[in-house]
Amino acid sequence: MERILTRNIHKDDSQSVSVYEAGGGYQSLRKALKMDPDNIQEEVKRSGLRGRGGAGFPMGVKFSFMPKDGDKPMYLICNADESEPGTFKDRVIIEKDPHLMLEGCLISSFAIRARACFIYIRGEYVHGARVLEKAIQEAYDKGYAGKNILGSGYDCELVLHRGAGAYICGEETSLMTSLEGNRGYPRLKPPFPAQAGLWGRPTTINNVETLANVPFIIDRGADWYLTLGKPPNNTGPKLYCLSGHVKRPGVYEAPMGLPLKELIYDLGGGMLHDDRPLKAVIPGGSSVPVLRAEQCDVDLDYDSLAAIGTMLGSAGVMVMDSSTCMVKAIERITRFYAHESCGQCTPCREGCGWLEKILTRIEAGQGRQEDMGLLENIADNIQGQTICPLGDAAAMPVRSFVQQFRSEFQEHVDSKTCTVAHAQAHD
Amino acid sequence: MLGQEFEAKVDEIVSRYPEPKAALLMLLWEVQERKGWVDLESEVWIAERLGVSPAHVHGTVTFYTMYKQKPSGKYHIQVCTGLSCMLRGSDNLMDHLEKRLGIKEGETTPDGKFSLIRVECLGSCGTAPMFQLNDDYHEDLTLEKVDRLLDGLD
Repeated sequence: MERILTRNIHKDDSQSVSVYEAGGGYQSLRKALKMDPDNIQEEVKRSGLRGRGGAGFPMGVKFSFMPKDGDKPMYLICNADESEPGTFKDRVIIEKDPHLMLEGCLISSFAIRARACFIYIRGEYVHGARVLEKAIQEAYDKGYAGKNILGSGYDCELVLHRGAGAYICGEETSLMTSLEGNRGYPRLKPPFPAQAGLWGRPTTINNVETLANVPFIIDRGADWYLTLGKPPNNTGPKLYCLSGHVKRPGVYEAPMGLPLKELIYDLGGGMLHDDRPLKAVIPGGSSVPVLRAEQCDVDLDYDSLAAIGTMLGSAGVMVMDSSTCMVKAIERITRFYAHESCGQCTPCREGCGWLEKILTRIEAGQGRQEDMGLLENIADNIQGQTICPLGDAAAMPVRSFVQQFRSEFQEHVDSKTCTVAHAQAHD
Repeated sequence: MLGQEFEAKVDEIVSRYPEPKAALLMLLWEVQERKGWVDLESEVWIAERLGVSPAHVHGTVTFYTMYKQKPSGKYHIQVCTGLSCMLRGSDNLMDHLEKRLGIKEGETTPDGKFSLIRVECLGSCGTAPMFQLNDDYHEDLTLEKVDRLLDGLD
């Protein structure tokens, strides 16, 4: 299989503009600048490229929401706030092939007639920010960014902006509030960013990996892109993040629709311990519903995972073997959401804390008979009741863990101890 | 406040944005890089420079987990204990660090050399367990690797 998004990452000095250019880099930008921006939008739309940040929204459709003219400046934001637990794919592009991301940013900015592209990178990615800072300087020096890019008359500034430790800022409206110099509180939609985004101006926000696809679509065309994966709705190359109980965790590229078991047992080298079989998989970052081992004959794409009640999300595939306590796993996930809830909406702020408290007591052997029902009830009262999807992201995994592994929760309550740890102690 | 070089840097950062306030997070980083933490005096200075209230700056500082509101140890260890790291032994790693350093999570050693905190997912799940030591990631950690690393710090 040809590697596309990761074709450069193993090259020496892969971050440098000269290595990127030697591999054909920035030729797509040259080509794009000679095209009509609307035709670029159309080509991206036709490719079927869907957002790789988690929501899976078609990128070309998002572009088409932007006004075609008007006197307000317009912006592109590159969302490099990768923070979904289990996800570490954008980091590979940022650190190893920053110019691929920048070329995607520049072509996309041109396509929506943006005057600047803001790159919002999570604060913890200090190394990534340094790599990008250097790459941006190189792009300016080579005339790929700034005024009159490659003599085309098109101007676009690249501005690197560092977050400072807040998961919520990966949510697009929160990111904009944060970028404007505030606490990262999400905003109600509508208005959508394309109507009123940064400083009330039309704005499009795309994930790093999504943008990294754009140079290939321009270079080789939408027809080529449609041959990868499962057209028409699950196309293109995809980066899968494999973590947990496997022999070879890491980022793997494959055409969209890679079978989950191929990822775990072939690419990932199989289960970490040969005597501990697969118990559960979270296929798309910690916010998506968990799968039991017997549900794992599934392809990793938007539609296949939706069909069995979960989501591709950010493609953060977290693998758990038979030694894993499901109560402890969801307690850990829920602690994250309780910590990261921005506090703006009461159902999420209070509810996430309650969920964590109840899960902690079940794991500690102090669970009550009514706790499983209570967890589901609280999840129901969070989901759909908040400004942004963080509430949903906290509620969905809790509900799925309780439903998929109810007997394990019940055993914790009945035996007043963590039954999984107890069983292992007697192995 | 922090000298001419700092103020020139501030001017340059503010000029990147259509609205000065947008520079807030980046200016807080500049302060933290120079002082090691964000003190109230700096917050007030930034507020005046950007034309916002000191309360707004303080509210922002306290919202984000990475701005330090007090000095940390010379070596600031941030252990990821998210699910992927937990599955690969981050709880043992945390226990080991607490024992070795003689402090609990959230504390600093009396000599000011080490501070230890637990953090949420750092995007290093494929190389778990891991921690961030000051700016740098240390990945695929074993307890032996941790001991060797800490032994080598002065």
